[in-house]
This record gives sequence, C-alpha cells and structure tokens, in this order.
Amino acid sequence: MKNEWPLWEIFIRGQHGMSHRHVGSLHAPDAAMAIKNARDVYTRRNEGVSIWVVEAQHVAASSPSDKGPLYEPSESKVYRHPTFFDIPEEVGAM
Amino acid sequence: MTRDEAFLQFLLRMGDNTLVLGHRVSEWCGHAPVLEEDIALANTALDLIGQTQMWLALAGEVQGEGKSADDLAFLRDAWDFRNALLVEVPNGDFGRTLMRQFLFDSWHKLMLERLKGSSDERVAAIAEKAVKEVTYHVERSRDTVIGLGDGTEESHARMQEALDYLWPYVGELFTGDAVDAEMVAAGIAPDPASLRADYDAIMAEVMAEATLSIPKSGFAHKGGRDGRMHTEHLGHLLTSMQWLQRAYPGARW
Repeated sequence: MKNEWPLWEIFIRGQHGMSHRHVGSLHAPDAAMAIKNARDVYTRRNEGVSIWVVEAQHVAASSPSDKGPLYEPSESKVYRHPTFFDIPEEVGAM
Repeated sequence: MTRDEAFLQFLLRMGDNTLVLGHRVSEWCGHAPVLEEDIALANTALDLIGQTQMWLALAGEVQGEGKSADDLAFLRDAWDFRNALLVEVPNGDFGRTLMRQFLFDSWHKLMLERLKGSSDERVAAIAEKAVKEVTYHVERSRDTVIGLGDGTEESHARMQEALDYLWPYVGELFTGDAVDAEMVAAGIAPDPASLRADYDAIMAEVMAEATLSIPKSGFAHKGGRDGRMHTEHLGHLLTSMQWLQRAYPGARW
C-alpha cells in the first residue's frame, strides 16, 4: 500500500550490560514514533532498558540462496569450537 | 463542608477523571487505525484505570463507609460522578480522541506535578507514581496532535474540528469552587486556576507547531466536577461499563 508507514526493525536491551537483541518489527511514520511504538508494543511487560530502531530498508541482509557457500563449510570444522580445553573447576561456569 | 468531605470530593474528581477517560480510551481496543496505535491506546487506558484504583481506594478510605474502589467505580450512578465533562464526551474519530487526550494529559501532568508536593502523603505518593505514566501519555498525544494537525489537508481539518469541539470543555478543569478552596487551605491540592497560565503556554506552543488555531471564545461548559449536570453521554458510558456488576451483583473472577 502506498500510504503505509515504513517498517522499522526493533532492538531492545533487556538489562544493563547485555547487548540489544532484535525483538521484531513495526510500522511508524518516523524514528521518534517508532521508538514510542516499540515502547508500547515490546516493553509493556518490563522487558527493556534501551531501544534501538532501524528502518528495515537500511538493513542489508544475506541471501537465503547463498546458504550453501556461506554456512556449510563451517559445519565440518568442529575444532573451531573451544570445547577441547579442560576448564579448571575454580573458573566456574563460562 | 468538613475537610474530609471536601477531600472525598477532590479524590472522586481525580479518580473519576481517570476512570471515565480510561473507559473511553479502552473503547478503541481492537478498533484503532493501526496495530501500534491500538496497543498504545490500550496501554494508556490501563494506566488510567490503574491510577483510578489508587484514587478511588483512597476515596473509599476517607469516606469511611467500607467501600472499595470497585464499589465506587461500578455502583454509583451518573449524578455521583465528579469527572470533568471533557473526559466523558464520545471519542469521535481517532483525531478527536487524541486531541482530547492531549488536552487532558497536559492538565493532568501539571496537576500531578503539583500534587507531588501535597501535604497528604498518600496523595503525594499516588502523584509520584502516576506522573511517570502521564509524562509518557502527553509526549505521545502531543506528537500525534502535531503530526495530524500539520499533516494532510484532511487530517488538519479534522484536528481543527476536534479542537473547536473540545475547547469549550477545557475551562472546567481550571474552575475552582469551595472544595478546591478547602484543599488549598489544607495544602492538599493546588487552586485549579493556578495551573492555567502554564497550560495556556503549552497550548500556544503545541497548537502553533500543529498549525491549529485555538478558539477565541472563553465559553466553558461546566457541571461535571461538581456533579450538577453531566452530559447525556455519561449515562450511556456507565451502562456499558457497569452492566456486569449491575446484572450480577458481586460477581468476581
């Protein structure tokens, strides 16, 4: 629809020290209203301490059809996981 | 009129304003023009109903007849309500609803800011909690009034029409009486008229930005906050709001 507001991707930081996470998207006429709408749609149950909004058209995304070349090569390289080290107990949970 | 009788009237005025407006705003639930506005309006309505619980619970306490906030909300008739007429007028279109919201929110915020300094700790505590919600309400309604006022030809015309229709209901918010004089003497609440200059400054600034003209007439409807004469709309609103408790007295869930 021609008269539809632009789409915004919403990122919320749940608590201090955590990173912002993508939580969904919504429509709004401008960035300021997108933040307000995000406040009402995504933080009404006390989910956040910070909101980022990005107009969806500015997000560059990888193509699903490139899945093979992009991700498959890493499937056979388990040695890239840091699971081959013995963690001393006193370190605790990592 | 004793001080407690005046205090009760004051608390009913605060609680009935938020109750009736909360109900009006909730009428949009599921009907707003876009999903985001629908949720935002529902949040506002819930904030207002939450504030009502605090005001009317305290009203019941001051009244001393063992009535709860629910009793006061659902078992009084139209002539017992003390809300300003502004909050009971029908929603009209989305623009008029948001214009009414802005006219009310702006007064509400000024009032609560002053009530934070009330000599009654319970009033100050309610104001402290409510003003955070209301600060957001007025930011949102202000932006929408500006956005639609300074928007398309049609949205501008509708917002000007809304302002023309609602403006005569604004004056009542600032018209004091014996109840207010008693509250001022007790240090519980400010003189309503003392909020007017700040209110007018906000209106002048925002309406200029919204390219809307504030009507020149100083005529003000009255009769809501003293309960003398509500509009015909309040009874209809109460019929829908109260029917369940009226039909099934004491029903709980």
